[in-house]
Amino acid sequence: MPASVLSITKYRFYFTVFWIIWSAIHAWVLQEWGYSFEASWLDSAVCNILLAGMSLLIITSLRFYLPRKESFTYLFLMCIGFALLWLGCAKVVLSYVADAFTVRTFSESMPIRLAIAILVSGCVILISVLWYTLEEQKEQERRKNESEKIVRDAELYKLRQQLQPHFLFNSLNSISALVIGQPAEARKMIQQLSDYLRSTLKKEEHKWVMLSEELQYLELYLGIEKVRFGHRLATEIRSDASALSAQLPAMLLQPIVENAIKFGLYDTVDDIIISVDCIAENKMLVVTVKNPFDPGISQPGKGTGFGLRSVQRRLSLLFARNDLLITSITGNIFITQIKIPQQ
Amino acid sequence: MIKVLIIDDEPLARSIVKEYLQDYEQIEVVEECRDGFEGVKAVMQYQPDLVFLDIQMPKINGFEMLELIEQQPSVIFTTAFDEYAIRAFEAHAADYLLKPYSKERFDKALQKWLAQQASNTGPAFSSALLETAAQTPLQQSRIVVKSSGRIKIIPVHDIQYLEAADDYVKIHTASGTHLKNKTMQYFEQLLDARQFVRTHRSYMVNIQQVTRLEPYEKENHIAILHSGKGVPVSKTGYLKLKQVLGL
Repeated sequence: MPASVLSITKYRFYFTVFWIIWSAIHAWVLQEWGYSFEASWLDSAVCNILLAGMSLLIITSLRFYLPRKESFTYLFLMCIGFALLWLGCAKVVLSYVADAFTVRTFSESMPIRLAIAILVSGCVILISVLWYTLEEQKEQERRKNESEKIVRDAELYKLRQQLQPHFLFNSLNSISALVIGQPAEARKMIQQLSDYLRSTLKKEEHKWVMLSEELQYLELYLGIEKVRFGHRLATEIRSDASALSAQLPAMLLQPIVENAIKFGLYDTVDDIIISVDCIAENKMLVVTVKNPFDPGISQPGKGTGFGLRSVQRRLSLLFARNDLLITSITGNIFITQIKIPQQ
Repeated sequence: MIKVLIIDDEPLARSIVKEYLQDYEQIEVVEECRDGFEGVKAVMQYQPDLVFLDIQMPKINGFEMLELIEQQPSVIFTTAFDEYAIRAFEAHAADYLLKPYSKERFDKALQKWLAQQASNTGPAFSSALLETAAQTPLQQSRIVVKSSGRIKIIPVHDIQYLEAADDYVKIHTASGTHLKNKTMQYFEQLLDARQFVRTHRSYMVNIQQVTRLEPYEKENHIAILHSGKGVPVSKTGYLKLKQVLGL
């Protein structure tokens, strides 16, 4: 809800000053008309205190309900309604506190008083509507900026995820270690890392690619990990000739293999084998990734560790099916199977 | 001779430390370890003067490893990229090397340590560092303990309740009780307040394990767990428990 115009001290001051001046003018006009000093000030005080009260009422009510642009009729009726209400109240109050002359003159001058009241309430309504609309716009602007910031942060986060700083810096450290003793290996590693980064940057998530392309990319990635971890990592990538030309969304296998590396390689100490088997059957490309894991340390499928949820989400968005990603455990081998329908 | 231990899961990362250490004749690399389990054993066995320790490792990470060692050695941390760890290092002015690091940077860290050794200015890191470093999603999801010489990793959701016992905290799980030399306050900070409630000065309970609350003596209660065990609940603990359970 926007803040009231009168929440600002400066405007509260203007509001008060306006009503004092306005009351003085009112009293002065009545005196010119032949009212006594007391009668004119009494009339002015009653009328203007009520009128000021009405203005406050208008400001507050518009704060809670601001009519849309189209409903000017509502505002007009509101203006008339408040003016009539004010007239009635002023008359009743005056009949109690003022003498017969004042009450009679009041009744005679009712049309002009009503006109003034309509003008005043009209002005107050206009100012309030303007003020609250501006406040709302400011609020919307603020919200827009905020949501833009969230989107920016999310993009930045995604970019960082894609670059995988941990993987990158560790690979650079390996190169640093190789440079003196095995310069040829170091050069090869730099080459692999560059190719890998280049294809990461080139990848577009919405594109479909051939399996052979995706497998090349995985080989690069696994090749780097092999240098980092030496003989510990062995990989077996097998594929049907028919599967090689199958299509799949870009970057779909990557998170699955990363997952296999994370739990199979980063979280174990023995020599391990990660296997990727691709076959085409029944108009489906079926890719099975197997990795060992340490049951004492990680519990596959539990918690946030196994980052397969994003793959699952992508699959269900693409194919409106939830049975395309299946994970299972046999002994200490974690098996991830993904099926991609072919056109 | 100065005894040095290198703990890192990547062989090339270990070799670079060894290579940089070749210039220092007074230093001897007594052992290399590939994970935290080996690290704990090697520290106990060799009592090294200095440890080069990687953070992200298989089984348990570098911080969890240090928690298991009573006689803390001096440590120079090495890490590639770990926001949490770096924040902890900065907060507690520990020396750390960001991979890949230069020979100059490595020498600086080592010279500083050698100077500290010469002037005897105490350990290279404080136990407060470990407490800050423990505030990571991984370490908040599990607790590493050593029981009868073996290292055990307890997932947080397996904990039934915690009980203060002198300088230790007893961790009760379905498979047994384990000791950890930390305070109740430490666990109160570490564990998710929506899951673990300090029901008593000496007790903290996993609310998923609670089946019912029973009145007990004057103003106290007792929380009955699925396992049938009862955990004391004080007056203030009862209010906290009611709030978390949304009663």
